[in-house]
Amino acid sequence: MEKYAEQIHRCFRCGWCKFTSDYLDLNCPSYKRFRFDTFSTSGRLWLTYAWLRGELEWSEHLAEILYSCTTCKNCVEQCPMGFADDIVDWIVGARSDMVEKGKIPPRVAHFFEAIHGYGNPLKLLRSDRGAWANGTKRYEPGDEYLFYVGCLGSYDENAQKMAMSLAELLNEAGVSFGILGSEENCCGNEVYMLGEIGLFQVLAETNSQKFKELSVKKIVTLSPHAYNTMKNTYPGFGANFEVYHYTQLLYDLIKKKKVKLSQNKAKVTYQDPCFLGRYNKIYDEPRRILQSIPGIELVEMERNREDSFCCGGGSGNFIMDLLAGGEDSPSRVRVRDAYETGADTLAVACPSCMTMFVDAIKAENLDAKLTVRDISQIVKESLASR
Amino acid sequence: MSDMYEALVKIVGKNYVSNQKEERYFYGRDPGLMSPHEPDYVVMPRTTEEVQKIVKLANKEKIPVVPKGGGLALTGLVIPLKGGIVMDMKRIDKILEVNERARYVIVEGGTTEGGLKSYLEKHHPSLRHSIPDAPPIATVVANAVIHGQGRLTQQYGFNSDMVTGLEVVLPTGEICRIGSCSISKYWFSRGAPMPDLSGLFLGWLGTTGVITKMGLKLYPRKKIRDVEVFVTDKEDLVPDILFKLTHTEMVEDINIWCQPHPPMFRENHHVTILITGDSEEELQFKKKMIWDALQEYIDSKDGGFMWVMPDAKPTFLEMPLESLSKFADVRKGGGFEYSGPIVLAEDYPECSRKLAELAVKYKLTYSGMVRVIGRSHCIMFGFAYTFNRADLDEMDRVRKALHEVAEFALEQGGTHWKPTVDEQKMMMERMDPDTLKLMGKIKGLLDPNGIMNPRNWEVG
Amino acid sequence: MLALEFDETKCANCKAVSCLVKCQYIDLDKDKAKIEWQKVIKGEDSPVLDACTTCYACEEYCPFGNHPFYLIVERQEERGMFTAPRPITKQWINMCEPAGKFRLGKVKEQALSFCFIPALRSLARGRLFESALPSWILGAEFFCNVVYLHFAKTSVIKDRLPKITENIEKQGIKELICLHDECYGSFNSLAPAYGIKVPFKTTHYFEYLYNKLKEHKDAIKPLNVEVAYQRNCSARLVPETDHFVDDIFGLIGVDRVEREYDGENALCCGEIIRMVKGYKLADDVQKRNIDDIVNAGAEYCVFNCPFCYMALAEKMAKRGIKPIHIIDLCKLAIGEKPALEVG
Repeated sequence: MEKYAEQIHRCFRCGWCKFTSDYLDLNCPSYKRFRFDTFSTSGRLWLTYAWLRGELEWSEHLAEILYSCTTCKNCVEQCPMGFADDIVDWIVGARSDMVEKGKIPPRVAHFFEAIHGYGNPLKLLRSDRGAWANGTKRYEPGDEYLFYVGCLGSYDENAQKMAMSLAELLNEAGVSFGILGSEENCCGNEVYMLGEIGLFQVLAETNSQKFKELSVKKIVTLSPHAYNTMKNTYPGFGANFEVYHYTQLLYDLIKKKKVKLSQNKAKVTYQDPCFLGRYNKIYDEPRRILQSIPGIELVEMERNREDSFCCGGGSGNFIMDLLAGGEDSPSRVRVRDAYETGADTLAVACPSCMTMFVDAIKAENLDAKLTVRDISQIVKESLASR
Repeated sequence: MSDMYEALVKIVGKNYVSNQKEERYFYGRDPGLMSPHEPDYVVMPRTTEEVQKIVKLANKEKIPVVPKGGGLALTGLVIPLKGGIVMDMKRIDKILEVNERARYVIVEGGTTEGGLKSYLEKHHPSLRHSIPDAPPIATVVANAVIHGQGRLTQQYGFNSDMVTGLEVVLPTGEICRIGSCSISKYWFSRGAPMPDLSGLFLGWLGTTGVITKMGLKLYPRKKIRDVEVFVTDKEDLVPDILFKLTHTEMVEDINIWCQPHPPMFRENHHVTILITGDSEEELQFKKKMIWDALQEYIDSKDGGFMWVMPDAKPTFLEMPLESLSKFADVRKGGGFEYSGPIVLAEDYPECSRKLAELAVKYKLTYSGMVRVIGRSHCIMFGFAYTFNRADLDEMDRVRKALHEVAEFALEQGGTHWKPTVDEQKMMMERMDPDTLKLMGKIKGLLDPNGIMNPRNWEVG
Repeated sequence: MLALEFDETKCANCKAVSCLVKCQYIDLDKDKAKIEWQKVIKGEDSPVLDACTTCYACEEYCPFGNHPFYLIVERQEERGMFTAPRPITKQWINMCEPAGKFRLGKVKEQALSFCFIPALRSLARGRLFESALPSWILGAEFFCNVVYLHFAKTSVIKDRLPKITENIEKQGIKELICLHDECYGSFNSLAPAYGIKVPFKTTHYFEYLYNKLKEHKDAIKPLNVEVAYQRNCSARLVPETDHFVDDIFGLIGVDRVEREYDGENALCCGEIIRMVKGYKLADDVQKRNIDDIVNAGAEYCVFNCPFCYMALAEKMAKRGIKPIHIIDLCKLAIGEKPALEVG
């Protein structure tokens, strides 16, 4: 990321980054939403290069362009150039420069302030972080897993239901785990993606230290965002523990018959979350979980796996919503994709996707036709013991 | 000018007009070497009617309009040289109709090459179009407007030859249908047996109107594609190799390439021969015809077929070619530009020598990228040089090299393809004077206020 | 200047002239063969030089180890002959020219050689290679150069091979596990034939695999399949390693079918023949080979060489034969997945 300024001129603005791998559709959420070439990856990179060279002065519009990227990594997936893997790092690098200069959109600034002050971007009280828990056990040294719930799972109404389902399932399966409750702090994934590296560092170090003090060896996360940062970025800040997304653990429990499933008739389509799919190449476990449930018919959206279309919630947009508005907002596009499959259920494995899609379904007037359910909720509903 | 902004907002809506400096910066440039020039506005219409309103407004206010597709020609064709409005056509991107039996498709003005390819594969798997090697965001219409070439060019000519009809918004605002579609609901012919008016719009680089719909021929898609690469180290043999290959009429596409890196390609000229068939038997038959056609070169050891390993085949077979875009990053610099004059196949050896000579003279990395047009009626010889966008001196050297290429191509009797403004001037200077006058008359008739992509094809 | 260690007297006394009589591509009786071979030795015109398909078989046929094939190649080059077309020859010479882009694992005294073949790196995974990895080398700097025998370019071998052995030695390698028998053949047949010193021990990967399978005996589940073996050209340089194929098959419950084109009568994969002789002979060789495997009732065709695999795998698969590299076959026997697959 540090060297992005020396590399960013390499973008050829060829536009491969705009598409899926078969060019079926535009797959860059901000380009799909706004349609000006400036809102595509190549636009962003060229404008950043111009800004770095002093050809273009900073403006709110420039910042809006830079911050409307959800860091979904479709461009990384599609770019044919040797630097493809670095693209998101370049975006984060440019953002970190803007943060350092204090030149960021107000919504982004508020996001940071909320995390700094409240430990969550929703600006809700720290003391309420564990309010969803309904008696779920607090983590103690010796517990096998720390269940890291995350900000949305702790505070957002729909995501709280995901957290509760998962906690119930882990209890059902006899998994030794606990939560941090009000002691939990933001994981910092969005903070990092938005370029506030200093704040991220504080979060990562503080969290890592806390986990170390609690002798945490394994963490299971509700959110792929937390999974991503704890697995890939925290080790650079002293963290030393195994990290799993809950779908990995849940699939293992199902295979070992610790969770017994019964008939649940539903036609389900699955949204690959960016931070689970493109970032960490986890595509199969969530599907296998669904396919393990008798009665579930799994149908794929046209764009799936590496070609999944981002819900639009990444880079803090599940709060900031820079891509909102109109039928081309990514979450609305995606629920239409889901509806086209004929599915009655849109399965998610990410609280950000959940939040975005719940609103989008309403905006698309699909309330009566399509329901968003987290995988943990679907599994809980399918428990044989019920 | 704020009235202009408001007027444009009224036409396309607030979300699809920008006069912000970021859009003006980006749309004032392309990935090639031409100097930038920023527009005053960027607009993104969604319908023919919106295009018409924009053009009428521009005509009334005498403000330039530059219709833009993917912006990937690399020769500055959609840089608004006199400012004004850049009209990004890519929101007008539907595929309107496929007539399977008559094998044509009707696309909108901003339909992408990638989108069309994908659509046909999914919905009409027995049909294909002549996809160029440009990235998939290139638009079908723009490619035809610049007389682009594609995978079926060796068989059927320039991609513009495959046009079967047009809907055009004239610079004065009228909407015209060109071809059979002007009198019928079918788009099977762009002119014949009536006067062919498509020539008023194809090749004019957007200076005579905005194409909002286009009919395009489709061709049979065979089930299997394969590739052979014939290699010779003697450039003088290439024209005859092409003549023999095209005589077989067994080939989908023929590309020739020569470059010094990586080392395995050094000193050689590679003729990529793409073959299709509905069965292994058909494929094998075609391969045998091709091998037999070139047997004399194999016997004399002057040429031979390269062993294309299975894991290398996708690189040759993919459509469009990712490897072409990758050439831009060979110098880790994000840039390449090529001049692709249309010359006789006989000129291949001279062109190849010139390519290398200029690379030495200007200390550049090069690749020769050539496509056969028709049955070796002519070739597009691409003199491609890469540059590092952060190295202004290197960019300047590439410009100089390409200027020499431009002069050389005309001396060889060739014509410039997707010419820069300078190359257009060079051609017009050589043009038959009455022909040039005719061009001027046409432009003057269709665009009396000179609003359409001005400075291009500027006669007199 | 390196010279081929060839002993004329051995050929003078040879009665069988097996090098030419057994050749699958030249039709000569013993008497004619004797005459033509003497012409080759003396550097005179002979149709043998032009007819040679470079299949390497005569190296094996010669009971005296007198390197008849290497001599043919020497003579071809002396006469300025090209086997493959000149531009193809140039391509191969340029392709494998060391350019400083080699790659190294954590190299120790024992190292795996992937030569200049990335597919070998894909193959060498799993439990059978756990202990040897991550010590490996890959790149043109370690390329065995045997392929230039196909191109009548012993000069390239003489120029590059001494440096290759030096490059390997410089890595501190004392034992090189050769994952291709061209490499093994290069250091055990070709290098000695030219007096090139090889300052390290070489182990053929067959031997390595066999020993590793014995170590993992408990993990082996017999495959109980019938297979054909595709014997590649470079196996001819080191026929003393052939027994390991049957030894390995024996360990993993695999039966080798009897067929016409096996052992000394094996047919090469045909792709080099395509380069040097054209498609007709190449297609004929491949068809006869595959027909033979089909008629013998084999379920799999086991490959030794990644290039043979690339040449024939798809064609075999279309005829209902499962192509598999011997390393992958061993992996299957211990419950692991193959690395190379068709399509």
